[in-house]
Parts: sequence; C-alpha cells; structure tokens
Amino acid sequence: MANQATVDLIHLVSSGAKVSEYAGQTRVVVPADVLFVVMERLKKQRGFDLLVDVTCVDYLHYRDATDRFGLVYLLASTESNERLTVRVFLNEPDLVVPSVVALWAGADWFERETWDMFGVTFSGHPDHRRILMPDDFTAFPLRKDYPLQGRGERHNFPVLGRAES
Amino acid sequence: MALELPENVVVSKLDSLASWCRKNSLWPMPFATACCGIELMATGASKHDIARFGAEVFRFSPRQCDLMIVAGRVVMKMLPVLQRIWQQMHEPKWCISMGACASTGGVFDTYSVVQGVDRFIPVDMYVPGCPPRPEQLIQAIIDLQDKIQAEGTLSGKEFKYSARQQPKRALVEITGLPGMDGGRNPVLLGNDKRGLRHG
Repeated sequence: MANQATVDLIHLVSSGAKVSEYAGQTRVVVPADVLFVVMERLKKQRGFDLLVDVTCVDYLHYRDATDRFGLVYLLASTESNERLTVRVFLNEPDLVVPSVVALWAGADWFERETWDMFGVTFSGHPDHRRILMPDDFTAFPLRKDYPLQGRGERHNFPVLGRAES
Repeated sequence: MALELPENVVVSKLDSLASWCRKNSLWPMPFATACCGIELMATGASKHDIARFGAEVFRFSPRQCDLMIVAGRVVMKMLPVLQRIWQQMHEPKWCISMGACASTGGVFDTYSVVQGVDRFIPVDMYVPGCPPRPEQLIQAIIDLQDKIQAEGTLSGKEFKYSARQQPKRALVEITGLPGMDGGRNPVLLGNDKRGLRHG
C-alpha cells in the first residue's frame, strides 16, 4: 500500500486522478496531459527511483471497457519499498504520451517496446525506433485487431533456390 | 584383355572420389537459435562425438563451412541473416533443418516465426524432434553422407538442376490460407519468375 503522502501529492498535482486499492496495491489513473508532471513529482518528491516496467494493455472487445489502450507504469522506491502503479488511458487517434526517459533512463527500451507492439508514441524519446520487430514492419502486433498469424509478413522474403546461392 | 593393376591401386569414378572426400569432411555452420542448439552442442561434445563422422569442425564463419545446421526457430528478423549466411557459404554446401521449429515453425504459429526454413533456403535433410536427440542428428548426418555419395559430382552439377528442387507444398499452401495475404510475397504473386522456377 502506498504512503498517504504519495496519494496526497498525486491529488495535489492532478485533481482528475483516480486512486484505488486492490490486494494491498495502489493504482492511480491520471490524464495523459499531466503524466509527465505526476511522474516527475513522484520521482523527485516521493523517492520513486526505480521504474520497474512500462507496458500497455489493449482493451478492444474487453467487457465494460471505455478506452482502447491502457498504459501501465510500475514504480518502486528502493528507499521506502513503496510501490505504485500509474495508468494512463489512451484512445485513437491520439496515442501520444510524453516520454519519461528524462526521468528514468531505463524507460528507453520499455517505451520502444510499447511503441513496437502497440503503436503508442512517446514524444521526446531520444531513440524512437522499433526494438523487437524489423524496422520495415508496419503493423503493431500485440493489438487485438492484429491476427495471431500476422498478415503474411513472415512469408514476405525472397526464396533462395540452389541456383541463386 | 584384363588390365593388370598392382594391389594398392583402386579404380573409381572421379565423382565418387570427390563425394567420398566431401561426405567424410563436413564442416558444420551451427545456426543455433534455440534449445536444438543445446542438443547440437551435445552432439559435438565427447559423449556423442560427431568427430566419428568427420563433421566435428564447427566454424562460426560461413565461408569456411559447407553444412548449415539450422537448429531452432527462425524469426522473420533473423531470416535475412540466415539467407545471407547461406549465400556466403561456398559450394558444395548442404543444409540440415534440425527440429520441429526449423522444419515447420513447430508450435510457434505466430506472426513473427518463419514456418519452416525450407520455404526460403534449400534444405537437404530434416530432423524431427523437439528437440531431437543427438543420435537423431547423427543419423541425419549419416543419411546426408549417403545422399552426397549417391548423387554428388565433382563439378557439383547436381546443384545446378533447378528441377531437382520441387515446388514446396508449403508455398502453394500459404497462398490459399484464409485471412493471410501471402500475396505480398513477389514470388507468390508471380511477379518474380526467378523465385517461381525454384519454388
């Protein structure tokens, strides 16, 4: 469970933030426009010095879901052992959030992976490229509307016979 | 009139001699990407001892090898690398597709995994198993040796017959799979006659 001071700080920065508890874990949903400010304050004032993960969930076809994508930031403090889940909901076509690489250098590859798999853009990222898929890949494969077997990309290569090689 | 030969002279065909030399000195290029690679290493280690079949000299430089062993699944990002390494190997060269993943994609029927390397490079020998035991890989090497001895020629003209490589059933198959656009492949579209000829 997060410290009350952390919850107070989030409410202070963003009145629209929704804080909830589940199984002893604290979750915060913040609007995309205040994400960077919230994260910056959490790091500098509440000592969240470790960004454990950045990932995303696609809620297409999910029951009772109102938003398409839910970004997930998992924070931890190595000083106080406090943990916090920060979430941001996004909808097409506005899939842009500020990058937090300036705060945690470890966010670099997490954000690239989220871009690669879900197509969420992280503005201000120093190296905004795909990380897992080839650079010329055009789809975002972990989106729920992308077929499991792909759209033929895995077959899109020249065939080398004996005579060509 | 019978030709008198000393006891230490053997008459053979030059093709047969070349094949005999080649088959007993295969230099594998280990393209090991997954757990099959561990079995490949076990095959090379002392217990199973691939040196008994003259294939112990693993080289990580394709230009020194003549047997590519694709051990493990190949993802679409890796396939251009695989093809490039295959092209860098000099002839005569052969390819063993080791394990279910290299041969068919295995259980990984997903967007990123190539469904069998034989769709994109020529394969001489397939080894079933997930992963295959070293004995199975050794059997594949023995079978490949038999194949080399049976059809190898000094000039390597067995590689030049394009008809030797039949069109792959898999390639015909993917054009008809529902929901997939294998049609992006120029070979499948028929725009690339070069690829069609060799299937």
